Amino acid sequence: MTEEKDYADIGIGASVPTLSRGPISRTQLALFAGASGDHNPIHLDDEQARAGGLDGVIVHGMLMMAILGQMLSGWVSQARIKKFSSRFAAMSVPGDTIICSGIVVDKREEGGEKLADVEIKAENQKGDALLKGMATVIIG
Amino acid sequence: MEALRKRFLGKEYEPFTVEVEKGRIAQFARSIGEGNPIYFDTEAATKAGYRAIPAPLTFPYSVTMDAGQSFNVLEDMGVDKNRAVHGEQGFTYHHDICAGDTITGQQKIVDIYDKKSGAMIFIVTETRLSNQHDELAANLHSVIVVRNT
Repeated sequence: MTEEKDYADIGIGASVPTLSRGPISRTQLALFAGASGDHNPIHLDDEQARAGGLDGVIVHGMLMMAILGQMLSGWVSQARIKKFSSRFAAMSVPGDTIICSGIVVDKREEGGEKLADVEIKAENQKGDALLKGMATVIIG
Repeated sequence: MEALRKRFLGKEYEPFTVEVEKGRIAQFARSIGEGNPIYFDTEAATKAGYRAIPAPLTFPYSVTMDAGQSFNVLEDMGVDKNRAVHGEQGFTYHHDICAGDTITGQQKIVDIYDKKSGAMIFIVTETRLSNQHDELAANLHSVIVVRNT
C-alpha cells in the first residue's frame, strides 16, 4: 500500500484516533437498509418495531460496526487489517452519536508479520457500551 | 439441546454466488458516512495500491445478506426470527474483495450451545467467501442469540 506512516513503533497502550458519527438520523437508517441489504422493518418502521417489543426503531448493529470499522481503516490502510470482530452489547436509537475508540493491547509476530491486537469499542453519547470488539492489524 | 446439536451441528448450506458491483460499494460507503475516495473512484483505489475499488470492512456481511444467508439458518432450525438477535460478528480477511469480483460463499453451523438452562440458545456459523480465482477472501463468524422463553 502507498501509505507511508511507520507503525512498527506503535506501543502497547497506544490509542487509535477516536471517531464520532452522529446524531444518527432515520434517513441514514433508510439509506443503510437499502445499501446493506438489511431491510428488517425494526430499523425503519416504529409500528413494526413496537410490535416486536421495542420502543421504536433501532439502529442496525451492522451500521454501528461499519462506523467502528471506519475508525480502523482511517487509522491504518484497510489492507493491513487482518481481523475485526465485535459483540453487540446494546441497542442504539436514532439521535444517538456513535463514539468509537481503541487501544493497542498486544504486539506479536506471526508468520513473519508484526501484528498489533487492538481492543475496540463504540459507545453512545451517554457512555453506554454499544459494541465491544477486537482487531488485529499488520504494523510491520 | 442435544437433539438440536445432533441435527444441525456441522450442517453446511448450499453455496451461493454474488457479484460485487462498483455502484453498490459506493452506495454502501455513502450510507455509512465514508468519504475516502478509494471507495468511489477506481483511480484513487489503484493509486492506493488496490486492484480496483475495495469493499469496506463490513461489506462482506452484505454479500451474505444479498444471498439470503442471514435467515436461512433460522428458518431451517424452525426459530422465530423475532426472537433472534445478532450477538456477535467477526471478519478474518485473507484477500481484498474488490468491485468486479465474483464471490462464492458457503455457510456452516459450527457451534450450538445454550445458557441459563436453555433460556438462551447461541447459534454460531462460519461463512467462507472465495473469489473468482478460488482464493479465500474472507471468513465470517456470526453468533445469533435466540431467546427461548
